[in-house]
Amino acid sequence: MSENIALRAQGLYKVFGRHADDAVAKLRDGASRDDLGGATAAVIDASFEVKTGEIFVVMGLSGSGKSTLIRMLNGLHPQTAGTVEIGGTSITGVNAAELRDIRRHKVSMVFQHFALLPHRTVIDNVAYGLEIQGIGKDERQARARKITQIVGLAGWEEKFPNQLSGGMQQRVGLARALAADTDVLLMDEAFSALDPLIRREMQDQLLELQSELGKTIVFITHDLNEAMYLGDRIAVMRDGRIVQIGSPEDILTSPANEYVEQFVQDVDRSRVLTADSVMRKPRAAIHEGSGPHAALTVMRDEQLSAAYVIKRDRTLVGWVRDRDVLDLVRAGKKDLTPAIQSDHGAVAADTSLADLFIPSLESALPLAVQDPRGKLVGVIPRVTLLATLGGEPDAAASATPSPDPLPTAMVTKALDASDEGSTTTAKEAR
Amino acid sequence: MDFRLNVGDWIDSFFTWIEDNLAWLFDALKSLFVMLYDALNWVFATPPAFAVIIVIAVAALFARGWKFAVGVAIGLTFIISVDQWDNAMDTIALVLVAAFLAVLLAIPLGIWAARNTTVSKIVKPVMDFLQTLPAFVYLIPALALFGIGVAPGIIATLIFAMAPGVRLTELGIRGVDSEVVEAGQAFGASPRRILRQIQLPLAMPSIMAGINQIIMLSLSMVVIAGLVGAGGLGGQVAKAISSLDVGLGFEAGLSVVALAIILDRFTGSFGQSMGLFSKLRKRRIDAKSADEQARLDAQEIIDKGVRYPVGMAN
Repeated sequence: MSENIALRAQGLYKVFGRHADDAVAKLRDGASRDDLGGATAAVIDASFEVKTGEIFVVMGLSGSGKSTLIRMLNGLHPQTAGTVEIGGTSITGVNAAELRDIRRHKVSMVFQHFALLPHRTVIDNVAYGLEIQGIGKDERQARARKITQIVGLAGWEEKFPNQLSGGMQQRVGLARALAADTDVLLMDEAFSALDPLIRREMQDQLLELQSELGKTIVFITHDLNEAMYLGDRIAVMRDGRIVQIGSPEDILTSPANEYVEQFVQDVDRSRVLTADSVMRKPRAAIHEGSGPHAALTVMRDEQLSAAYVIKRDRTLVGWVRDRDVLDLVRAGKKDLTPAIQSDHGAVAADTSLADLFIPSLESALPLAVQDPRGKLVGVIPRVTLLATLGGEPDAAASATPSPDPLPTAMVTKALDASDEGSTTTAKEAR
Repeated sequence: MDFRLNVGDWIDSFFTWIEDNLAWLFDALKSLFVMLYDALNWVFATPPAFAVIIVIAVAALFARGWKFAVGVAIGLTFIISVDQWDNAMDTIALVLVAAFLAVLLAIPLGIWAARNTTVSKIVKPVMDFLQTLPAFVYLIPALALFGIGVAPGIIATLIFAMAPGVRLTELGIRGVDSEVVEAGQAFGASPRRILRQIQLPLAMPSIMAGINQIIMLSLSMVVIAGLVGAGGLGGQVAKAISSLDVGLGFEAGLSVVALAIILDRFTGSFGQSMGLFSKLRKRRIDAKSADEQARLDAQEIIDKGVRYPVGMAN
């Protein structure tokens, strides 16, 4: 079962103060955090698993216990109760020497304020973990140099940390953790001390490195946007407890409780949500093989001024306007092809909302969404896009799009003219 | 109501007991102190005065620069001109021995206190006690145990001067950024290694301030040490007091001031980048890191497999 579990925490408690064990017993019996007398519970019953190669984000406000939690994962804070396993080895209940050995080879850490050794050069800082592992000077310098290049600090090896900007210092911190070559990387508010532009850059770099090196990362942050951007899965913490674990979309679209809901209100939805999470079923699509007459009938019945054209297997071909189809019908043509315009401007299902606005503006129809094989899987009307950003996707249902289709009477007349025995009743033109 | 604690009697009998049972220890300590003092005194007092001045002035040049070197030369020449040279050298020897022993005790004690809260809780009041108890008071048992001479002066100075060394060492180590210490732990460094590679280097400015304080306090004790026969400038002041000799008192006193300023500036320059020495050192380090950087950059170019004809590389 545990083949791809890199880190497992089970029933972790951390209580500071006297009578910590009693406090844990009380908490297990359902006492609240405020009923503990002198003891302070920082982490209460935290259990989770982190898969190999995953970025697991723990998110919470200050005081929620997230920094304490991450420090229990490498034993910097001994747990009051519970267990932690890294790569199948328990780090709880081992002696100091064994714990040091685990820290050297299995788990490394990046700190909020970088925590570089100010009296050492960049390369010596990066090589620090290797030095502690007992690797000889030449080899550790060579390995450190390689990592320094990967994080983009080539040419700065012999500088001291105080000669570097904040972003560069944190690159050194990251390089130091990467150089130690552990499977698990703990990052404690690693980008929180950086200014927003640099932070964004570092996040992108982290994702890039992650896809290259496949490290397992536990990332702590108080910034929900950061959590949503980086996390494969997110654990939301409040008052020492984990209140929800799920993918960014889970957290955003189905918050476990009011707290999480309030929390996610401020998130930049346009960057987290993707096209397939907001798309609707297309109201109507026209098959390529059907003639102009059938196409116009469908469009009239659905009150559409234009519609997408698909093949039998739902592959998107293009779109047609009712006016063009009407011309075909009047001309008595049996083939729809001349009216089909191929510039349908469809977007991929995993496009983030932020990238949908311009295509949506340029498209005459609700924006089409394609799966990777080119099939039409849904459409996104502009109102849906707006309603989703407002935090209430359902509001879109009450707001109907109002394109102006041809007057129904006129269409019906044209249809009747081309097809004598029609019994279609004319709908009232609005 | 007649209420009297016989503290005096208890302490009296305590010291009597020590005198009876630990006399061998104090004899050994005494000969150690005297030996160190004699050795140092020999170094300062044997060569001709001008040679000593030149050596100290050159050291001053390296430590802080030429202004300080000139100041040192003037100060020491003043001491010669008031005929206090030999006494001043005696005093320097006494101060340096006492300060050396105090540093030797204070820094490990400070480190221990920084790493162990219980030790810290015990050490703190003891240091307060030693520092606030009037120096004359512990001079009395020191005299009883060591007899007249340099040894009681050294022990009294040592006890009085130790406290700031312990305190500033502890403070310095505790004040090291806890995240940096955590970084050491997180990468699996042993506590000893964290002390050596992280805590001590980062606490160095504070520890140096402690050493500076130790030396300054030692110097302030010389007059008291002079009262118990330690000689030197303190002895001169004591003599001036007993004969109401204002002139002699001031000559010896101003010599103490000159020494104090010289010692303070010397120790104050530890760990700061000033003077010729640090300039040379900085130049050497810069040259070395430039070499190293050039080597790394060259290696990078070789790794990339891009090679330029000789003479065209940048």
